[in-house]
Amino acid sequence: MLYRESGDFKTSYSADQQTFPIRLDRHMVYGILAFAFLVVPFLINDYWEKSVLLPFLVWAMAALGLNILTGFCGQVSLGTGGFMAVGAYACYKLMVAFPWLNMFVVVILAGLITAMVGVLFGLPSLRIKGFYLAVATLASQFFLIWLFNKVPWFYNYSASGMIAAPERTLLGIPVTGAEAPPWMTYLFCLTLVTVFAFIAHNLVRGRIGRSWMAIRDMDIAAEIIGVPPLKAKLSAFAVSSFYIGMSGAMMFALYLGSAEPSDSFGIAKSFLVLFMIIIGGLGSILGSFLGAAFLTLLPVLLKNIMVGGFGWPPDLAAHLELLLIGALIMFFLIVEPHGLAQLWRVTKERLRLWPFPH
Amino acid sequence: MKLKKMGIALLAAGLMASSVPAMADLVFPALSYRTGPFGANGAENADGYLDYFALLNERDGGIGGIKIQTPECETEYKPEKGVECYESTKGSGALLYQPLSTGITYQLIPKVTADKIPMLTPGYGRTSSANGKVFEYVFNFPANYWDGASVGVKYILDQEKGDLKGKKITLLYHNSAYGKEPIRTLEELSKKHGYTLKTIPVDSPGQEQKSQWLEIRRDKPDYVLMWGWGVMNQVAIGEAAKMGFPMDHFIGIWWAGSENDVKPAGEGANGYKALTFHGVGKDFPIFKDIETHLVAKGKATNGGKNIGTALYNRGLYFAMLAAEAAATAQKIHNTKDLTGAQMRDGLEALKLDKARLEALGLPNFAPEVTISCENHGGSGLVAVQQWDAKAGAWKLVSDFMPSDREIIDPLIKADSEAFAAENKITPRECK
Repeated sequence: MLYRESGDFKTSYSADQQTFPIRLDRHMVYGILAFAFLVVPFLINDYWEKSVLLPFLVWAMAALGLNILTGFCGQVSLGTGGFMAVGAYACYKLMVAFPWLNMFVVVILAGLITAMVGVLFGLPSLRIKGFYLAVATLASQFFLIWLFNKVPWFYNYSASGMIAAPERTLLGIPVTGAEAPPWMTYLFCLTLVTVFAFIAHNLVRGRIGRSWMAIRDMDIAAEIIGVPPLKAKLSAFAVSSFYIGMSGAMMFALYLGSAEPSDSFGIAKSFLVLFMIIIGGLGSILGSFLGAAFLTLLPVLLKNIMVGGFGWPPDLAAHLELLLIGALIMFFLIVEPHGLAQLWRVTKERLRLWPFPH
Repeated sequence: MKLKKMGIALLAAGLMASSVPAMADLVFPALSYRTGPFGANGAENADGYLDYFALLNERDGGIGGIKIQTPECETEYKPEKGVECYESTKGSGALLYQPLSTGITYQLIPKVTADKIPMLTPGYGRTSSANGKVFEYVFNFPANYWDGASVGVKYILDQEKGDLKGKKITLLYHNSAYGKEPIRTLEELSKKHGYTLKTIPVDSPGQEQKSQWLEIRRDKPDYVLMWGWGVMNQVAIGEAAKMGFPMDHFIGIWWAGSENDVKPAGEGANGYKALTFHGVGKDFPIFKDIETHLVAKGKATNGGKNIGTALYNRGLYFAMLAAEAAATAQKIHNTKDLTGAQMRDGLEALKLDKARLEALGLPNFAPEVTISCENHGGSGLVAVQQWDAKAGAWKLVSDFMPSDREIIDPLIKADSEAFAAENKITPRECK
């Protein structure tokens, strides 16, 4: 009775086709967005920004990207870290080459460059599937990291091979560099993530998203009913890499401020994003956010409870944190193999029936 | 759901983050790492660092009568965690950061400069931060990577009786900002001395080095220099011992010179050399104080099991530099409680001579240190230590030697000016 879909009548096509057709959903999303845009910027400080909110937004963007490819189109990819690196290095080169360019444009261009690279590495997906594709994308991960280590042009010949984001302003306020106020970087990332989450949500509802899902569910059947696998698979790779590239650019320019290929974009990052979408829920936009929140916020929370709250030694806490997160991942996957998003679906079902049992 | 989850997390984290030390103390946050592939080395260093401050608290009642706090934060040697540790501790009146990681140092350089909290990165970090005119809040005395590279080559030059023409030197390095630091210096030096340089990267963490050592076996270099850390060192020394590479021609940077690195190779590691910028062993009066004030009272970090190791001594030395700078700052500003900017002044006026070292219980432990506004890099004197597998101890086999300033100074100038131009910093005037 608390969550109701009935009684919400639509009298026009546009009302019926809007992004969130159920009134309760819509109000909730708008409520969360209003809180995130209008309240959080006034409460935020450096710690919240750098340790909690920016990592969450950056990883949510990466998880969205991988979820499009793996969750919606069924193509397993282990190249996420490499594609994030492409986004980061594209962002750096653009920032340095065109200092006057608006940061939004820089990040989106970095995403587009990554999309092109993604399509290139997506070509093998036309011939190979499943685990074999995972291995092929793994090769892209190692190749890209090797490339950014090897070719000094990418890091402008700096002695250490590190790239560092120079200061860029938006409306006269620094948005990158150490002087950037926390609310500015937060709002910048939040805007990007919100806009592109809406786009992703609408993409997967539409023709393109349906062709991805048809390919995922059974590619031969999809081909027979007229879904071109070439177009569907490559568009999934392009859109996915676009999101992942933007997340890499945001990670480098806004969250960390400097990066090096092996450390910031190693294979561990590819697995991290994969875990996020598995735990959050494959083929779910909400799941991408939940998975990212689970794997970025929980470690910080656990650390603060164990070290700050109980005063335990930090090394013990770090080991326990690994154990606990591992145990929680197993727990969630056993109790709910479809991820946290499924938990939300089940909760909705319960709320719909409540207080009646059936 | 998303909101609820985030809300709970934020709320709880916020409550926890507020439990910070009282403002009246001198706060030296210890960004350490005791877990992961670099944990064994990080732990020894952290123990030394914490023990020295604990000793000051126990024996002298702190610095100038003010107690010292050392909130510890685990970074796992990861830049992201390092940033989180920095953000969570900087509000507690932190006076100085020593992150013990070049990757984290690069993340923190712009941040400490904006927050006006000094950072000291002895023997690591960004080498060009030796230029105090550009890097106001970053210090890297007493020696940096380029000093290490230069002295390494100089030592080889001495071994080869002053002639390196036609010799082959291979650099085996951790494929990160840290490992890449010496390459440019070694290239410049190869032009000057006429040796051929070959660089071989090892991807972090470096458990697997078969192909790299195959390459070394094929090339037969006369000397191998190593810029490694953590598990990479153990594996490299093990591989070298297995293939019978002459150990006294294998020289590591000071981060590849701990007991952890050589012990797994057993007898095979005998004769392995490493650079260092301070003394080795337990033969200093300060260890008696540590025994009576910390170990006997059960207050030594981790029960004192690492006391006297190379990295423990280094942690001790790092803490001593910090404490001496704090005492200097108290004198200059005639105050007991310090701010970050005052601590910076203390570091810039730091002077550690022979007599002072002796008074601190570390006679002849390290060369003299004199820091100024423009020179944040110190003297750059480096010695060579050698591993004696039978005795299970390091011993110094050379004096503290100066590095090749005519190569290094222009490199520091060029790199720091490039940094200043990129970040629109106007180098400050030094009186």
